[in-house]
Order: sequence, then C-alpha cells, then structure tokens
Amino acid sequence: MVGPSLMDSLFQRSLEDLIKGLRLHHIPTGGASGGGAESSTFMSKAVEEIRREIKSTDPQTKTTALQKLTYLHSLYAVDMSWAAFHSVELSSSTCFHSKRIAYLAASLSFNPSTTDVILLLTHQLRKDLNSANPHEVSLALQAIYSISTPDLARDLTPELFTLLNSNKNFIKKKAIATVLRIFELYPDAVRVCFKRLVENLENSDVGVVSAVVGVFCELASKEPRSYLPLAPEFYRILVDSRNNWVLIKVLKIFAKLAPLEPRLGKRVVEPICEHLRRTGAKSLAFECMRTIVTGLSEYESAVKLAVEKIREFLSEDDPNLKYLGLQALAIVAPKHIWAVLENKEVVIKSLSDDDVNSKLEALRLVMAMVSEDNVAEICRVLINYALKSDPEFCNEILGSILAACSRDYYEIIIDFDWYVSLLGEMSRIPHCQKGDEIENQLVDIAMRVRDVRSELVQVGRDLLIDPALLGNPFIHRILSAAAWLSGEYVEFSRNPVELMEALLQPRTSLLSPSIRAVYIQSAFKVLTFCVYSYFFPNEAIASSTSEVTDSVPKMELPETSDSVTAATVADTVPEDGFNPRSLHESSNGVSVDDSKNMMNNHGQASSVPLKKDKFTEESIITLVNFVETTLSPLLGTHEVEIQDRVKNVLGLIELIRQELPGSLVQNEGNNQKQELIAFEVIKLLNDAFSEELGPVSLNAQEMVPLPDGLELKENLSDLDAICGDFRIPVSASFSLGKAPLLEKDVISGFERQSEEDIVTLSESTSLLAEHRKRHGLYYLPSGEKEKVSNDYPPANDLSVRDKGDDGTEDLVKLAEQSLVLKKKSNQAKPRPVVVKLDDGDGIHLAAKKPVPKHDPISGAVRDVLFGNEDVASTSRNTKSDRSLSRRSGKDKASVLELKGDSTYVNSSEIGNTSSRRSKHHSHGKEKSSRSSRKGTSEHDQKDKAKSSNHHGRHKSRHRAAGAVSVVAQSPVIPDFLL
Amino acid sequence: MIRAVMVMNTLGKLRLSKFYDFQPMEKQQELIRHVYAVLSSRPENVSNFVDAESIFGPDTRLVYKNLATLYFVFVFDSSENELAMLDLIQVFVETLDKCFRDVCELDIVFNYSKTQTILDEIISGGQLLETSSTEVMKTVEEITKLEAASSSSSSSLLPKSLVAWRQGQ
Repeated sequence: MVGPSLMDSLFQRSLEDLIKGLRLHHIPTGGASGGGAESSTFMSKAVEEIRREIKSTDPQTKTTALQKLTYLHSLYAVDMSWAAFHSVELSSSTCFHSKRIAYLAASLSFNPSTTDVILLLTHQLRKDLNSANPHEVSLALQAIYSISTPDLARDLTPELFTLLNSNKNFIKKKAIATVLRIFELYPDAVRVCFKRLVENLENSDVGVVSAVVGVFCELASKEPRSYLPLAPEFYRILVDSRNNWVLIKVLKIFAKLAPLEPRLGKRVVEPICEHLRRTGAKSLAFECMRTIVTGLSEYESAVKLAVEKIREFLSEDDPNLKYLGLQALAIVAPKHIWAVLENKEVVIKSLSDDDVNSKLEALRLVMAMVSEDNVAEICRVLINYALKSDPEFCNEILGSILAACSRDYYEIIIDFDWYVSLLGEMSRIPHCQKGDEIENQLVDIAMRVRDVRSELVQVGRDLLIDPALLGNPFIHRILSAAAWLSGEYVEFSRNPVELMEALLQPRTSLLSPSIRAVYIQSAFKVLTFCVYSYFFPNEAIASSTSEVTDSVPKMELPETSDSVTAATVADTVPEDGFNPRSLHESSNGVSVDDSKNMMNNHGQASSVPLKKDKFTEESIITLVNFVETTLSPLLGTHEVEIQDRVKNVLGLIELIRQELPGSLVQNEGNNQKQELIAFEVIKLLNDAFSEELGPVSLNAQEMVPLPDGLELKENLSDLDAICGDFRIPVSASFSLGKAPLLEKDVISGFERQSEEDIVTLSESTSLLAEHRKRHGLYYLPSGEKEKVSNDYPPANDLSVRDKGDDGTEDLVKLAEQSLVLKKKSNQAKPRPVVVKLDDGDGIHLAAKKPVPKHDPISGAVRDVLFGNEDVASTSRNTKSDRSLSRRSGKDKASVLELKGDSTYVNSSEIGNTSSRRSKHHSHGKEKSSRSSRKGTSEHDQKDKAKSSNHHGRHKSRHRAAGAVSVVAQSPVIPDFLL
Repeated sequence: MIRAVMVMNTLGKLRLSKFYDFQPMEKQQELIRHVYAVLSSRPENVSNFVDAESIFGPDTRLVYKNLATLYFVFVFDSSENELAMLDLIQVFVETLDKCFRDVCELDIVFNYSKTQTILDEIISGGQLLETSSTEVMKTVEEITKLEAASSSSSSSLLPKSLVAWRQGQ
C-alpha cells in the first residue's frame, strides 16, 4: 500500500503549474485589488492542496508544497504562519534544494517577535554555519538576518565571529552584513566581533572592504561619535580606494564624523575635493558634494567647488541630476544662501517642472530665498504659479507662503497692509484649502498688529460681501475670521450698515452652525456699535478715532457736527448734541471725504460714502428692522449656539425699540436720556466690546498668582468617599464640564436610596455643601448666582492687570510703545509694532529638546575602542562560558576557536590595548613615516607575524605587555590628526 | 541600508518583493499599493526618485525604473546614494538579462525562486554585497547545479522513469 503520499507525489502540481493556473484565473496579486469569486475558490483550492501535500513524508513533495506556499504568501498575501514548523523541518534536509526552499520560506514569512518555532532552528543554523559547503553557510547567514531574535543572536555570535575570518570572501561578506543585525539584537556581540570587523577594513578584497564600510556607515549613522577613533582607517580608504561604491560609503561616514571633530574636517576636505574634481561618476560626484555641504560647510573653497558642480547638475537635461542638484542646493541654503541666489533662474524655472518632486524642491528653495526685501516680489511670482498649477501644488505653494511669512512673528513682513490684502487674495484662489491657517493668521495679526486693523476690516468686508465665496466650504473658516474681525473692530468700518447686510445675507445658511454663530455675534457687535454711535455721536467718534492711526477724523469732528446740525433733514428733529445725521447727506463736506481718503490709503477706493457716524433715526430704525426680520426666523433653530446669539440680538433690539420712538418726545430734555436704561446698557455693551483683546502668552496661566485659600493639590478623596457610598463611578479629574453632572448624579443617587438611610443622606449632603463651600471654584454657578457670573471680569480687565500679572504688563508697555512709535514717524511708514510675548513660546519649544538616546551598540563599541570595559563584559563572559559548556566536544575546531574567543573576552583589558595597538601597527605599516610612534612597534611586528589564526593564544601571551601600556590612553585620534 | 526591493508590472501586479525590515503581510500589501499609486501617477521623462517619506516613514527614499512592462523599485535610507541605487537596479536587471537571455516579465513570473536567489546574491540583509553581474551569475549557476544534483539524488523512493517524467514536465 503506497498511500496518498505517493499519489500526491505523482500528481502534484509544480509551482509552474500553479502559476499557470493563477494566470488563467486572472488572480490579482496582493498589492492590487479586485478578483472575483471564481478566483477565490481557485485560491482556496490551491491552499487546501498545499496543506495536504505539505504533510507528505516525501521530502520532494513537501518541498514543492512549501515552495508553492511561499510563492502564494509573498505575492498573493496568503497566510502561511501555520506552516512555520514545516520550514524548520525541511531546513534540516540533506537536499540542498529543500534546504534552500525552507530557508527562503522562513526568511519571507517568519515574524521574529511572534513565530515561536524560530528557536528550534538554532541548532540547524549553527550546523549550517559550520558547513563545508559555502552555499549552505550563505543560506544560513541570509536566514539569520531576517529571522533573528536576541536569543538566536546571542547563541550564534561565536559562529559569526569565526566566519568573520573565513577564507572565502564570498562568505566573509555575508557574515559581515549579518553581523550588523546581530549587533542590533545583541549589543554584547560587539565586544566579541568588533575587532575582527575592524581588521577587515584592511582586507585586500574590495568586496569585503565594501561590506565592512557599509556596516560602519550604518553604525555611524546612529551614533557617529563612537567611531571617531577609526577615522585613520577610513581616511586611508578615502585616499587609496578607487572603488566608487566603497568611496561613497566612506564619504557618508565622514559626513557624520567631520562635524564632530574640526581637525578631521581639515584633513579630509582636500581629498574629497580631489575626488570631486577628478571623478567621472555622477554618483560619487554627488556624494562628494553632499558631504561637503553637510559636513564641511565652513570650508569656503570646498563649498564653492561643490556649488560649481551643483550648477553643472542643474544645467543637465537628465531630470535625475536636476532633482538631486536642487536637493543639494536645499542643503546648502541655510548656511550659504548665495548659492541659491546664484542659481535663481533655474530654481524659478523648476517651479513649472513636470516632476512634482522637482517642483516641491524648487518651492522649498524659493522660500529659503525670501527676505524682507523680496518677499512681496516672490509672493507675487508664487501666487501666479499657484493660479496656474494643480490643486495639490497650489496648496503647497500657499502653505509655504503662509509658513514663511508668519515665521518668527511675521519677522519678514514690513508692510502689513500688503500682507493682509495678500491673505485676502489667497482666499479667493479657487483651489485654496488653507482656510485654517489663513483664519489663524488673520486673527493673530489683528491682535498683534494694531496699525493694520483698518486694512484688515477692509479685507474682511470684501470677503464678506461676496456671496459667491459662501459656496466654497474650504474658505468658511476664513469667512469666520473675517466676520469676527468686522465685529471686533467695527469702528474701522466705513459702512457698518453694509457690513450688517453682508453678515446677515441669506446665503449664510450655507455656513456651519458654529461659524454662523460667529456671524451673528459679530452682527450683535455691529448693531451695538451703530446704536451707540446714534445715541452718543460724540463719544462714538472719539472712541473710534482714538483707535484710528491718523488723528484727522478727530480734528474734523466739530466741523462735521456743525455741518450736520446745520442741515435739516426730512423728519428728524435737529438738536444740538444729539446729532442725527442723514444717510443721504452727500454734501456733508470735503472734510469727511478727506478723512476717508486718509484712511483709505491702501484699500481700493470705495464708492460708498462714509456713513459711519451719521445715523439718522430713520436709518437706525431701518437697520434694526432689518436685523429683526432676518434673525427672528432663526429663533426656532435647533442649533444652540445660533439660538443663543439670536436671542441676544433680539433682546437688545427689544430694549432699544422702547427708546427709539420715544426719542422724539425726549428731545428737549436730552440730558435725561443718560438715565435711561437702554442707553446705559448700550454704553456698557459698547465699552465691553471696544475693550481690546490681546494675544495671550502661552504660559500666562502659570503667571496668575494663586489666590488665597485655593488648594489645588489637596486630595479630593473625601468626595470620592461620599460618592463611593452610592457606587457612582466618578472620574477623579475635575473639569468644569463634569462638575454639574457629578452633582446631578449624586442627587439622583440620593433619591434612589433616600428612604433607607436619611441620616447618611443628610450627612452627606451637608458634606457636599461644605465641599461646595470650600471648592466653590469647581462648581458651576447655580441659578441664584447667575447674576454674579455676569459680572465676571472681561478677559483683559485693567483691574486684573493691576494684580501684578507681568506678562500683561509687558503687553501694555508694548502697546504704549507702539503708540509712541506711531507718533514719531508718520511718513516713512515704518514696520508696525508686532506684539510678541517673548517669554511665551520660546520656553515651550526649548523644553522639547530631545533627550539623547542611549544606544547600546555604540556603548559597547566605545568600550571596545576606548577601553572602559565594565561589568557587562564579565557577565557576557560567563554567558559564553555557559554556551561553551553546553556544547559537547562534538566539533573540536569550533570549541578551540571559542576558547580563543573567551580568552579574548577574559583578558578584556588587554584585548583592548592590543586592539588599540593593532591599530597602531596597521598604521605603522601604512604610514610609519608620517606619524611619530612611540615604542610599541616591536610587539606589533611580532603580532603581525603570528597570523590571526591563533588569535586566542597570542592574545594571552600578550597579557603582560598590554597591562603596562594601558596607562596613557585618552582620546585615540590625536596621533592621526596632529 | 536598503529597506525593500519590489518588482511589479505597470498594472500593479506584484512580481517580486523583499522587505529587509520585518513588516507584517498587511503592511507590506499597503505599502506596495501606495508605491504603485505613486508610480502609476508619474508622467514620463521625469526623475526616477520619489519622496517616499509619506509612505515608508522618515529618512526613506525611493528610486524606481520602468523597463518595458515592469517597475523595479528600491527603497532605502540616507546611508545609500541615490544614483548608486539607480545603478544597482541596472546591475539587477543586467543579471536577470544574463540569466534569462533577454529577460521579459514572464521570465520573472515563472522563475520566482531564481529571481530571489539573484537578488539575495546582490543584497544581503539590506547591505549591498555584489555589484558585478558576472560574479552574481557565477554564484547562481553554482547554486543551480547544486540544486539539480541534490534533487535528483534524493528522490530515490520513486522509480527512475517517474522522476524523469516529472522533471520533464
């Protein structure tokens, strides 16, 4: 009876059959999507087949099954974690083909952190590493790289140590590449293998050197400082090697090392320039350029040469070289901006490149060129590009303009009026999706830069009155900022009525509720302002003009009021001091127009006459009616924010409505109107709104002195105890939002249990009351206290400032300075003061300094190179002893080798000195003429004579000599550098 | 180091992939999809480099080459030189060409494991080890011989004729 196994073997589909089937059924690979039901049945059938075949006792069948499965796993993402053990099993096969398939399957599918059968491979891997067949060794080395775990790395370290000395370069190379992974997983391996790695730097085979240099390049990229002592070796390769692959890696190492040690830079800069001048290989040339501009940027002549070569790259037709040239320029830019300026034309031209990468790189370079003098010009060019390009790149451009201009509190912006109108212009670009950022900047500038507010309001108005913009959801945030600006700084508005119409236009229904709420709140402010200037014309003007930069309106005030009082308009009753003004009073006077022109220096001339402070009764009634009719329908909305604000506005209207018709009666006794509540309220509101909002320092909170009796650190567990009685889950953290909820819960808890224990109840309510008394701050005000909450001081109340809040005091000072500055120079239009809270943002950034990570590899490397061998080595020593004893005397050779190894570790101190010395002799050999060496060369020569095969022995013989020379060893490089 | 090598055709079908840092299968799929999306959207006659940081994380670059119906993609970090990697793709393709004589997509489809072997000889553990296609070919031929020898001797359980029949398939 042959059983199913032979049948399977006979009729097994080969990998090729499987592939044909897959192609026939058009099965998409893992990366692609799609595939119908038919293909999935084919796939599941194939996997089913493999599951059966893989259990076969015939190794050939099993191998083919595993091969098919690996193929499906790798390209079609079929799960094969269930087959892990089969890979392990096959890896021990004597058949090379099976072994190879098994290791391939393992390296493609094993997950080092979850596949638990990996440990079962340890023995097989060790055996294969010692195999006489180099290809088997190579298979094992490749597998180790992908599947190694820290345990495996530790157990196989001795084998790798041996292989680092293999006489076949083919193996040696792979062992070197694998050792890198071993170091990462098991840093103690560095103590064992590092020296051999270093020795291989002198190998005559270029492939081996390439591999070692590659490994050092990886290691140095993580923690370069540890490899400074090896600089002489690398220098020798830099000067002697003619292999571009090797040179590139060495250059990369020097790019890391040179900034750490100035003397090193001085030494290598000439050879690197020499390579750059001479080489025909673009890759090497590029690496030289990059090394110079990253690591050696203080050597002017070298940088000049590099920039020259960069320019050659930029002028090439090959898009690759152009792109790399741009990249190299980007590296130079921060320190040598002249290099970018020299290549300005190419950079600007690359903005319209076909290649997105080149475009982005060019954009970055253009932004690097931006300075105070050219920002306007560059932005103009960029906006033109933005209009022409696809949405994605357009937004990249807008994003970089916004970022560059806002850097360091708008450092490069002199003319804020220009910048603000640029922001307005950006908002109108159809693809613009930078709403959030523009919103932030509009508000931020408004708060920081006093002088630009009138222009901001103008820009905001232009955005608000355009109904088309409301259709673009991307700029709703900008509109929100515009609406806020118009409300907050309404005194700068040339036509509040028009503003009101814009804020309440029907298309605002397209806005999201939260933004709409901002609109209505702004309408509230505008209305307050209008009514106020109707009731108190003098003050209104005074208050508004006091904020306006030029004092012209103030001066013309009496004149205006005179002319107004002289004019009798329709049905209004002209009264001195009341100053009702006509909307139609176009003849109001030249002075008004003048003032308008003065204020209008930069905005486009508006055809609407200045009506700001000319409200007639008629116009104010029209306005009020308009607001009322537009907002009333919104009372029924479900959006709380909107409803709330609408109620505010309508409440205000109701209040003033009582006064408006009465104003006719009250005319004569206009002194009395001060007493009227409506006037009071309007005045209060207007005062509140005209109070300036300033930017708040990030750590303002910390500067608020702790009020007496506020105990923030007190344990609130007593409250927990109360609540615990009722088994109510209470979050330990207190927030304003949670407090009332908690309270409510507690009360409902009371209700539930009230009948049983009234005593505890009253007890706990009293406790609660007491708690409330003590920690009133945490509770939301209950109904009776509501009035009090109305009196909560406005954010920037002066009385609060007086309490010794340093930050705000500074702010006031700064604001005063800005006023002073203004008066000084009116003509030259200096850069307006930008309010900065210098103590704010800086500290927070500094606090984020990355903590240097401890890198175990470089720690071990430093130990090996500098000789601070420590306890760790002895622990490792015992470990290796253990692994030694575990292995029976099966393979003599490797045990011997291991013994050598452990003596090496044992005599670690000596090992170190000799490693140091072996470096000496490597040097002595190379350039004994150059460096003046003290004494030790005798020993070294002897060492050299004994080849490294008898590694262990010569080390121990060395013990005495080494111990002597431990003494004077500080930094290792000086010999080379001085 | 080199982080990953991928070969896929211009329709997005994966032909070969090797990740030198362990990545779970789902992650690999996702990365490959992203790479294909980027590559297929690139116009002709532009540079062979793609900013890969959005796909593979910080400090990664990607170089690709489109030859006939295939994309050859190498992903690597700042320890490698971009132009050298482009050359390396050339070495890889040259070797395939020597191995299969005028290589085409089908050769790679049907010789998955040989292609893997070639790649493993050029790059090991993310480190570039051999840049001469002649050397690589020498090794690959040795391995092929070894395989042939071992597989014919091991399946002695089956009658000779059957083995011959199966191998002839």
